[in-house]
Amino acid sequence: MVTETQKRGLPDFGFSSPIRGTEINYLFICPTKLWYFSHGITMEHESELVDMGKFIHERRYGREEKEVWIGGIKIDFVRNGDILEVHEVKKSKTLEKAHRMQLLYVLYYLRSHGIEAKGFLHYPDLNEVIEVKLNGHENEIENAMNQVQRIKKLPFPPRAELKPICKKCAYYELCWV
Amino acid sequence: MRKHSKTVLSDGTLRKREGTLYLENRKGKLPLPIEEVYDIYIYGHVNITSQALHFLAQKGVAVHFFNHYGYYDGSFYPKEKLHSGDLVIRQAEHYLDPEKRLELARLFVKGSALNMEKNLKRWKVADGFSDMLGELFRELEDARKITEVMNVEARIRQEYYARWDEHLPEGFKIVKRTRRPPENEMNALISFLNSRLYATIVSELYNTQLVPTVSYLHEPGERRFSLALDLSEIFKPIIADRVANRLVKQGIIKKEHFRDDLNGVLLTKEGTKKVVEAYNEEMRRSVRHPNLKTNVTKQRLIRLEAYKLMRHFVGSGRYEPLVAWF
Ligand code: SF4
Repeated sequence: MVTETQKRGLPDFGFSSPIRGTEINYLFICPTKLWYFSHGITMEHESELVDMGKFIHERRYGREEKEVWIGGIKIDFVRNGDILEVHEVKKSKTLEKAHRMQLLYVLYYLRSHGIEAKGFLHYPDLNEVIEVKLNGHENEIENAMNQVQRIKKLPFPPRAELKPICKKCAYYELCWV
Repeated sequence: MRKHSKTVLSDGTLRKREGTLYLENRKGKLPLPIEEVYDIYIYGHVNITSQALHFLAQKGVAVHFFNHYGYYDGSFYPKEKLHSGDLVIRQAEHYLDPEKRLELARLFVKGSALNMEKNLKRWKVADGFSDMLGELFRELEDARKITEVMNVEARIRQEYYARWDEHLPEGFKIVKRTRRPPENEMNALISFLNSRLYATIVSELYNTQLVPTVSYLHEPGERRFSLALDLSEIFKPIIADRVANRLVKQGIIKKEHFRDDLNGVLLTKEGTKKVVEAYNEEMRRSVRHPNLKTNVTKQRLIRLEAYKLMRHFVGSGRYEPLVAWF
């Protein structure tokens, strides 16, 4: 059963971690974005890029798609062979580090709940699938989690810094008007 | 923006048929493809089926209703889709703290006044207005109560209308601003445009996480969406007044576009059509934004103003009201 709380990705007290995969992702994109997002100030619903992501997703994976929410984490789809596979579909490689960390976090999270899983990043536009392995990256993930918590707790959003990705960011107007 | 505002001037029934919205009447069926509809403004006598309402709610499309005089009656404001508990609390905090509330109230009045000044300069009737503003701004700084801020605002507005009148053609003088009912043509025109602008602002707020019912210059509860009233102070001069001015100066709106009614003066159907067209055209017009370095429509400026307020509330920079550079 997916509860409303889980869907909205709010802290789920039934689980140990209130961090969402998207938050790990945003940590490696922009702390300002992370702060706004984690404070419920979201813009994505309007962004063309996100619509595209959805579109690709629905076209290519429509039939296998299974959105699963585990303790507030959205996993794009999960296929159950003899081993659990976690798949995330991404549009382009420009933010590969962020995608990789997000997926690693999901694997880490599952492991902490006793579930071993394999992770795959999909880039349908590039016809590429990359396997992501958790082993050896545990510290990196824990550091990232601590940083996310620290930024979320800030009373104000971290000062915006103009970066090349800003122009395409859904928060561009909010940050720079 | 791929989505557009739709205005319905005719009578009919709004219905959903096979995933599309239609306005149906004796003249036929007009499709309103939902993916292209940003919001809807209804002036005619329109019935809406509950299926159509469900559909609009599901797609997050607000519908605004205007009465016989073109005054805002109310909105179908689908369940707020984007919540931020944190922002709600901070908005409330800025209301409850008297200093924070006063600061915002003053900023709305200042922004409004500077936009009025800009208009008067364009129309070359700004005589003495700037000096007067200097004095009134000092009073504004000293104001300790919202009622005092309101009072300064009313005096600025009076001075503004008196000067604007010098620029307006005979037969379209404001003389004394009368609202409900408007007692002459120019008042009817301004009221009509202000109503429409208010609804546009309600739509823009709907698409942000701001709570539209918590306001600062106006008392919450004065109208349902009182934050839209606050923001309309900034935009009335640069949107509504400019459209009104252009329409009468260029003779697009003439005496014949008004008629007397028991309760004052109102626009005829033909007049309404012309005014709505001019308003929509104005909202679609773009200007270069100096901070964003992109072109934005006049309508988008309202959203941007909402974003600036959001930043103010979360403590990321003080709100600076829009002062027209165009
Ligand atoms: S616009 Fe730039 S600074 Fe603002 S949230 Fe996006 S990436 Fe961060």
